[in-house]
Amino acid sequence: MSEEAVTFPGARRPDRTRRVSSHGVGIAVYEWGDEAARPLLLAHGGFDFAGTFDGFAPLLADGGWRVVSWDHRGHGDSDHAALYSWQADLRDALRVMDTVGHEPMPIVGHSKGGGVCMQLTEARPHRVSRFANLDGMPGKWRHPDVADHERTKLLESELAGWLDWRAKAGTLARKPGTLDELAERRGRMNPRLSREWLRYLVTIGARRDPDGWRWKIDPSMRFGGFGPWRPDWSLERMRGFPVPLLAILGLIEEEMGWGTRPEFLAPYMPADARVIAFEDSGHFVHIEHPRRVADLVLEFLA
Amino acid sequence: MSANRVLRVKHNRVDLAVHELRGGDGPALLLLHGLGERAPEQVPKDVERWPGRIFALDFTGHGESTIPAGGGYTAEILMGDVDAALARIGAATLVGRGLGAYVALMTAGARPKLVRGAVLRDGPGLAGGSARPGTPLVPMPDLNAVAPPDPYALVELAVDVRPPDYATSFVRQATHLSGLERPITVQTLERPDWLRAVVEEPGVEVGELDAALDAYAAQSRGARR
Repeated sequence: MSEEAVTFPGARRPDRTRRVSSHGVGIAVYEWGDEAARPLLLAHGGFDFAGTFDGFAPLLADGGWRVVSWDHRGHGDSDHAALYSWQADLRDALRVMDTVGHEPMPIVGHSKGGGVCMQLTEARPHRVSRFANLDGMPGKWRHPDVADHERTKLLESELAGWLDWRAKAGTLARKPGTLDELAERRGRMNPRLSREWLRYLVTIGARRDPDGWRWKIDPSMRFGGFGPWRPDWSLERMRGFPVPLLAILGLIEEEMGWGTRPEFLAPYMPADARVIAFEDSGHFVHIEHPRRVADLVLEFLA
Repeated sequence: MSANRVLRVKHNRVDLAVHELRGGDGPALLLLHGLGERAPEQVPKDVERWPGRIFALDFTGHGESTIPAGGGYTAEILMGDVDAALARIGAATLVGRGLGAYVALMTAGARPKLVRGAVLRDGPGLAGGSARPGTPLVPMPDLNAVAPPDPYALVELAVDVRPPDYATSFVRQATHLSGLERPITVQTLERPDWLRAVVEEPGVEVGELDAALDAYAAQSRGARR
């Protein structure tokens, strides 16, 4: 198979792309569907990029929506920044939203994108109409894609390891490889996703340098980390979440998953929220079951 | 621009300015400013008694250090700033004002062998946000502000959450791993929740600056002999 002509059944690149400056950081924005249709915001998870919605977003677009997504700072084709934080991601999300419209719009967010945009919804309830969270509901476990906001137990080795990483972060580059090697590397984070899909993702989330393919994500970003944040804080606010909420959970535990289960969430959920658990899915529910998830979301937004 | 020698230190994509306020020999003292401040241009009177070299760091977005695009500040990143400075100047005693006091405490816990005592003093940004998050908000800077200081730093580091048990975990690491009897000295009138918890920990001295500087300098000299 030629490296340039990787396709995936049902995957469709965005109909439009544009760039937005969020406070000086260039953010790559993507849209699927009729520009005149009702807008919907779609947020990817940590260490992902909007192209991971190439299978899922077209289903929402074909359901009558203008689907707007973006690469978070440091991810995909957005600028690599000097600083990253949850607050900065919130501001970037709001900036993208501002370019779409000021009428309330629905948000669909996966993983960390769900967490960030739920907080955006709490901070700007007048801007959001409904919220669909794809396996990004807060849980009691650590969140592997939330870099600096997890874990309160500090260990010397963790702290020193993080500082040692910071000390060399400015000199790091992603390791080059063949298309198949990059697909295999990503497969360690996405063990349930097919090799064909991962190969397809490489052609979007990586660039081809003279010495091989390299993932575009900022090499100074790192899994793990530490910080003062704890999931209980978001959970305690959940009962008062200001807009109708659909939460889809993938119950099969895997590396990138948050491990949130419906019985754990139940005491925190607003009375009219709907929680749907997929027993047969890992963390990437919208990639494993795009049609099922899209139908649930479209029904919820109808 | 100050007339002092300025060491340029790289922290990821940021160039930090470390001002050498006093050269020569002897143990190093590193001053950390408060939120929105910058390194002093000369040795402040209250640390003149220090018997060795004296440096002052401009945090990211402050003084002569880089102002990055689009914010994203955390106290943890500023701890990385201090670590980068220590990698250049070597082990040092830290004296932090306000935000710099909180960052000094974190660094003392994260690099217990490099930080030879930390003195926490009053100054801008000592409290931070609160012990737990308030109502969610999207911190927006004053876009008309003239930088430095970076307006994103001013707004983001004024609302960062500082849980008391998070702060004390740094104290415990400093106490267990530094080899110093009292690695943290608190000399503040203001006592936000995190600092109230810190002063209750073993290994934390509530005392005066002069005595703390003398003790830390003596311990540093002892360690060098």
